[in-house]
Amino acid sequence: MLRTAQLIVAVSLAVALAASEEIPLSERHSSYQDMSAETRAMQDHDAENPGMLWVLDGEALWQTKAGKAAIACAGCHGDAETSMKGVAARYPAYDARRGTAIDLAGRINVCRTDHQQSPELARESRDLLALTALVARQSHGLPIDSDEARLRPFIDAGRAIFTARQGQLDLACAHCHDANRGKKLAGITLSQGHPTGYPLYRLEWQTLGSLQRRLRNCLIGMRAEPYAYGAPEYIALEAYLMWRARGMPLESPAVRP
Amino acid sequence: MSCPFRATSAAGLTALWLAAALPAAGAEEGLRLFAVVGDAIPASLTGAKGDTERGRAIVADRHVGLCLLCHSGPFPEEPLQGTLAPDLRGVGSRWSEGQLRLRVVDAARLNPGTIMPPYYRTDGLNRVAPSVRGKPVLTADEIEDVVAFLVTLRE
Ligand code: HEC
Ligand code: HEC
Ligand code: HEC
Repeated sequence: MLRTAQLIVAVSLAVALAASEEIPLSERHSSYQDMSAETRAMQDHDAENPGMLWVLDGEALWQTKAGKAAIACAGCHGDAETSMKGVAARYPAYDARRGTAIDLAGRINVCRTDHQQSPELARESRDLLALTALVARQSHGLPIDSDEARLRPFIDAGRAIFTARQGQLDLACAHCHDANRGKKLAGITLSQGHPTGYPLYRLEWQTLGSLQRRLRNCLIGMRAEPYAYGAPEYIALEAYLMWRARGMPLESPAVRP
Repeated sequence: MSCPFRATSAAGLTALWLAAALPAAGAEEGLRLFAVVGDAIPASLTGAKGDTERGRAIVADRHVGLCLLCHSGPFPEEPLQGTLAPDLRGVGSRWSEGQLRLRVVDAARLNPGTIMPPYYRTDGLNRVAPSVRGKPVLTADEIEDVVAFLVTLRE
């Protein structure tokens, strides 16, 4: 699986931008700061934040026995508030047993299949989003902690994708979120493209969605072929984005326009 | 990287390059041949003059021309415009018709680092969405309509 990461780097480097400048650490900020006062208030107050409905669903699922093992997440992990504190802040993480990087939704599915002996939950399904939102919530306000030492090949693979032109419009992620951050794309302020809020409630979607769903939107905008949900390219991009946002506080479930 | 014209034509020498863009597998139509002279494509891609009104509509349409994602211009009915690129007001005074044509056809020939999409090139692209693979962003007719409109933007 390390080889997958190396392959992605090799393929993407061939088309990487000559000069891509990363955002100085001190200039980084979440797109929360670009939002209207109303949208920020919606994110800040649990009672108004629609993403909290998924967290509540997640709490119920956490207590529900599932699979042939007939055991709930709580049966092994106890209280999520304690056992899951800070976990989301270090995902994607390196999974030594599988020898590859795994994201939070993928990790939850491993517990589903290996520990509960139940089928995987589909990516973007309500249940998987709810469990992910519950776990992510336990890192609210905590700084992102990227395991740079072990994730290095995945971070590099993600950076190679981030800086490569793709799609009919021949644009790279870095064109919008590094080079032109803060400028307006048809009236929308281009953010720095940080992953701090996910899974989050997007008013345009009228629902909660994962970081991969957001990346899929950007790829479609570039008229590029989106990767399949859970693909190594998305995990690599997530690993790079989390490293790029290292130290920034998580804000899931965030709200975005 | 696979576009053999980029490095040389960017130098802006008065040389004649015949750009024959080959249709990719499954393409509905190949691109028309055109000649780049210096930093311009002097001749119409279709041999005909474009329609100014249609050109204006294409430029203003965020899903067809996409121009106002990045540019601003004289479109009072369009409140959402971009600030990633120069205002289009006055481009008809700044550039000749042929220079405008090359900028829209393939701006990367003039500035390899540009973010302006290649509107009439299908080679040298990666991971293009299957629905538009092998197709240019705009057809030759649409390019001519856009050029006809841009020429009218004088100061
Ligand atoms: C039978 C026990 C068991 C059950 C049930 C279980 N897990 Fe786990 N889980 C583990 C173990 C053990 C680990 C440690 C990693 C490993 O070796 O699999 C783990 C790891 C995790 C991690 C990663 C923690 C970290 O620090 O990286 C998350 C997140 C997680 N589980 C979520 C869940 C969720 C959500 C459920 C319910 C859908 C669940 N688990 C059900 C045993 C269980
Ligand atoms: C043409 C410009 C453009 C390109 C290219 C682009 N994006 Fe975006 N991206 C946007 C816009 C617009 C939004 C929504 C507003 C914002 O957050 O900037 C967005 C949002 C995001 C966000 C969410 C930020 C948040 O706070 O919720 C992330 C992460 C992101 N993009 C990553 C990427 C990645 C990775 C790529 C390359 C695969 C990419 N983008 C390519 C325009 C672009
Ligand atoms: C993704 C952003 C983007 C889009 C979409 C875009 N452009 Fe551009 N355009 C640019 C940038 C940036 C420049 C500045 C020169 C450069 O960097 O190559 C430019 C330059 C130009 C120029 C030369 C302007 C001058 O004053 O020198 C013209 C004319 C032009 N664009 C027309 C168009 C038209 C017409 C469309 C739509 C069919 C369009 N552009 C779409 C980014 C864009």
